[in-house]
Amino acid sequence: MAESENIVVETAEKIFSDLADAQTINHDKKGEWKAPLWQALTEAGLPLAWVPEDCGGSGASLAEGFAVLSAAGRHAIAVPLAETMLAGWLLAQAKISSPAGEMTVIPAAPKDRITVGADGTLSGRARSVPFAKAAKHFAVLAGNSIALVDASKCRIEAGIGLGGDNSDIVVLDKVEPTATKPAPKGFDQTQLMLMGGVVRSLQIAGALEAMLDISVRYSNERVAFEKKISKFQAVQHNLAKLAGESAAALAAATSAADAIANAKSFDDAVFLEAASAKIRCSEAAEKGGGIAHQVHGAIGFTIEHILHRFSLRALAWRDDFGSESYWAVELGKMVANRGADELWPLVASR
Amino acid sequence: MTAALRFDPIRLPPECEQLRKEVRAFLADEIAAGTFDPHKPNREDTDAPEFSRRVGAKGWLGMTWPKKYGGQERSFLERYVVTEEMRVANAPTRRFFVADRQSGPVLLKYAPEHIKLDILPRICRGEICFAIGMSEPNSGSDLFAAKTRATKTDGGYLINGTKIWTSSAHIADYMIAIFRTSPPTKENRRHGLTQFLVKMKQPGIQVNPIGQITGQYEFNEVVFTDYFVPDDHVLGEIDGAWKQATSELAYERSGPERFLETYYVLTELVRAVGKNPDTRSAEGIGRLVAQVHTMRRMSVSVAGMLQAGKEPVVEASIVKDIGTVWEQQLPHRVRDLAAFVEETATNRETLERQLSFAIKTAPKLTIQGGTTEVLRGIIARGLGLR
Repeated sequence: MAESENIVVETAEKIFSDLADAQTINHDKKGEWKAPLWQALTEAGLPLAWVPEDCGGSGASLAEGFAVLSAAGRHAIAVPLAETMLAGWLLAQAKISSPAGEMTVIPAAPKDRITVGADGTLSGRARSVPFAKAAKHFAVLAGNSIALVDASKCRIEAGIGLGGDNSDIVVLDKVEPTATKPAPKGFDQTQLMLMGGVVRSLQIAGALEAMLDISVRYSNERVAFEKKISKFQAVQHNLAKLAGESAAALAAATSAADAIANAKSFDDAVFLEAASAKIRCSEAAEKGGGIAHQVHGAIGFTIEHILHRFSLRALAWRDDFGSESYWAVELGKMVANRGADELWPLVASR
Repeated sequence: MTAALRFDPIRLPPECEQLRKEVRAFLADEIAAGTFDPHKPNREDTDAPEFSRRVGAKGWLGMTWPKKYGGQERSFLERYVVTEEMRVANAPTRRFFVADRQSGPVLLKYAPEHIKLDILPRICRGEICFAIGMSEPNSGSDLFAAKTRATKTDGGYLINGTKIWTSSAHIADYMIAIFRTSPPTKENRRHGLTQFLVKMKQPGIQVNPIGQITGQYEFNEVVFTDYFVPDDHVLGEIDGAWKQATSELAYERSGPERFLETYYVLTELVRAVGKNPDTRSAEGIGRLVAQVHTMRRMSVSVAGMLQAGKEPVVEASIVKDIGTVWEQQLPHRVRDLAAFVEETATNRETLERQLSFAIKTAPKLTIQGGTTEVLRGIIARGLGLR
């Protein structure tokens, strides 16, 4: 989708530029930027973008929402926008209306399980739940049910992730949900993880775009050995490699988003797209982020500089909804199970 | 943003899927008839003139070109499908590949009408083979150091000098080459080279084979001694070849051949590990498949943007840079993963033979058609660094 042609994406970009400037946020030790940003996002209907109007949301398309998240990645947005969108999307699968305020999804790791008891209560332990502490509600996938849960009814063991954002443990001990409905036929945790993985892939790709941009700009300003460092071939080639990683992440993530936005079902081809995006974007976060830091030298290692807002978040996002190692194993198993002669037909299927 | 890269998520249109079925059926028939062995990636010095004619008869050569020159006026995305299916099947495309991808489009743009009408239909029929005369003994990546001279004479030019590393020159019917018509100027060291169409297999041209580390003889040295080229074989502007080279490179750099050259070892690895791979093999295969999928999505995206009339020059260079680095690493990663494949795997010998060949092929992949270093320079320029 051409982003500049879309009003939803334009609105998001404007809010991010006005209220989430990386430099301003980095210098705001009290976190005063957070409330106005969230309020503006809420007024624009963005946290519930993926919720149909009859479920209390703004009913944007999947493609529009994905484009908003790419932009959120480019600005390294550190409020639970992606998480609330994902939670609203999950609830909408079961036609459960979304409440106002911050939400996140549970589980956020492929191997964590929440179960439904005979009395309809939910139990289980979910690790690495992004922004659980900030959330007022959780969208929970428990077996074949989707549930809305009041966050105050759960025990939260707060933690801080690699990127500096909350990544918490949530314990549900016979929690009575606000609403429960059966998940649509065939909807399972793999689909939730793949959807979450594509969201993170878009954010990583966005962060890499930003890292490329600020690294190029810095190299054109910084003088060493009596010339701009952008004139050194070693630096140029490093930046060309960063461009390659950024490009690969962008292509993999937008392709997977497009595949999901247009999919009739989560078939093997969609699995290939989504798993590949998470694998390739995570690899790019390491390689590309490493180059961005190398180009910046010591200044990029300081807390004062904005680079870490992008580089560390990109690294942290690798771990959410299944790491690249996890998805590589799953994808490898799927490919092996289909057999050698079915690999190319799968790769060339779209 | 100083560097806005674009990779639109382009899908192949429905007509491509029908075409893909036709190409697969055609290749299956050729394999069944014994034309080539898909498990044996040795097409580089395999000359298959009859196969070439049959591909031409299908309408799959010059398929994007105007009908009056023998083309089909089909899209670049359809050509993409034919190219990738041929590549993955290890079909012997050497005889027509260069003409179809590169030489034909140059002639379409710069050759006089009577030459287009003469030569292009023969390319489309799969009858003729082209070579590209760029490198010289002291001029490789530094194209503009070329010294082979074209001296004006009555009705044409006399060529003297040597081209080197010229693939397929020993079987080629024509070569498109750059020769020096003037010295470079102080202001522009790229000035003074002119592109020519050269008819091969004539007196005044001597082709000497050069062995490669794969054991094949694909390279040649081509020596010109007072070889006459008529005036109407000049392609484009005299002394201005440098202006012509850049715009076509996006097509050349971003095709499926830029990341699928060693793909066959991945297929064979999947076969060797079987239906229930251990965790190590599964993870290794998963990462490799994620790469090849990503490369293909990037490559299709560039093809689609070209079809839509855009000029994704930097994006195309990125595809070739990371695509060739990946296809170069692939046999080594497959070797790592194959280390613990059961001795009893039925295709073990095939895999080992393929790995041996792919590992020997690997070094050239980041050199041919623009080295990694040159590509990164182009990307750096696109990023605004030079």
